[in-house]
Amino acid sequence: MDYTFHWRPVIKALPDLFNAALITLEAAILSMAIGIIIGLALAMMRLYGNKTMYIFATVWVELARNTPALLQLFFFGFGLGAFGWHLSPFMIVLCGLAFNNAGYLAENFRGGFQAIPKAQYNAARCLGMSASQTYLRIIIPQVFKLVYYPMTNQMVWAVLMSSLGMLVGFRELSGETQFLASNTFRLFEFFLVAAVFYYVLVKAILVAAHLLSRRLFTY
Amino acid sequence: MSESASTIQFFTGFSVNDLPFLAQAAGGTLLISIISISIGSILGCLFGWALYASRYARYILGSILDIFRSVPLIIQLLLFFNFFPILGIPLEPFAAGCIVLTVYTSALVAQVARGGIEAVPESMRRASRSLGMSYFQDMRYVVWPIGARAMLPAWTGVALGVLKDSALVSVLGYLELLRASQILITRTQEPFIILAIVGAFYFALSYPIGKITARLEQRWQYD
Repeated sequence: MDYTFHWRPVIKALPDLFNAALITLEAAILSMAIGIIIGLALAMMRLYGNKTMYIFATVWVELARNTPALLQLFFFGFGLGAFGWHLSPFMIVLCGLAFNNAGYLAENFRGGFQAIPKAQYNAARCLGMSASQTYLRIIIPQVFKLVYYPMTNQMVWAVLMSSLGMLVGFRELSGETQFLASNTFRLFEFFLVAAVFYYVLVKAILVAAHLLSRRLFTY
Repeated sequence: MSESASTIQFFTGFSVNDLPFLAQAAGGTLLISIISISIGSILGCLFGWALYASRYARYILGSILDIFRSVPLIIQLLLFFNFFPILGIPLEPFAAGCIVLTVYTSALVAQVARGGIEAVPESMRRASRSLGMSYFQDMRYVVWPIGARAMLPAWTGVALGVLKDSALVSVLGYLELLRASQILITRTQEPFIILAIVGAFYFALSYPIGKITARLEQRWQYD
């Protein structure tokens, strides 16, 4: 083995990598928030919507679930150029991840909605709540409790998927690593450190989700 | 007229003649996914059994497998691909992709398999042991048939995930669907159509498998 490891460029770049990790986290959290809202809407469209809404939501969900995330990113990045829409790298990653998250979350939410007994809805209506009140205060909080664990998983996936931003020119953790690695020719060292960063990030999210669940679901 | 005939055309549009190329690339996707899913699943079942059976395995093997689930696949691929030249063994993109995808699959399947074994009621296993079955007979004839049904939906999810994640091997230079789409886009300058067609290819590979398993799952539930 005649390869000498050089860690100095990596150590010098640690602050940059740390900032890039924050960008990764930001993209993941934003895409997750958008994904949850759209996912809820899609799930309700599939369950209660009319024919057009059902078809729209089903097509979205099946497309998001049955094509690679990277292809979806490329579609937002390069495909939309055909219509003259040129998104910034950040927007490409955000749209791609939100599209993907919404598709996966919609299926989780649908399962959650179906698991809530119909009697809960009837009882809330009997107590004088309006339909929207029933959903906002009775049904949806319970759905969130049911899908909390899958949602945590999806959050982890969002962080891992954001690494694809590297291929559309987004400078998050992987993109920054790629950039620095090609500047210094220290590919292995840089990617090893990036892997450690991702591992810590994912573990931190899981711990945070666990602590949050203890505060949220005390009843 | 004569002017347009004499100019050299740099970009030729997408035509039906490109479909065989895409089909060949789809074969590449299918090949790498089938190899890594089948070997990865066998390894994953063994790992899952180890995770279930031994406490030490749960700590040591469990935390090693956890790494593969917590680091993005693209980083794993690039790390592995760049690691072997360091040792002095250059690796083909196909081989590197296969190895990384196999290990990745086995890490995901291990958790699924462990869940499958845990889904078999303890009382059933005690009953089979009381009937004089050995540990391995119990595993083979009682745990496996029941556990396999329990883990089927999750396993399909993993398999479809790996089929889609195999798109990332394009980064190493292996010719599969996504790489083919990049080549065609460079030539035709028509990203929208080509990405849509490649998406349709992926959809055609992934969607039927998901539907068939959902059907199978339903049928097994009412047995």
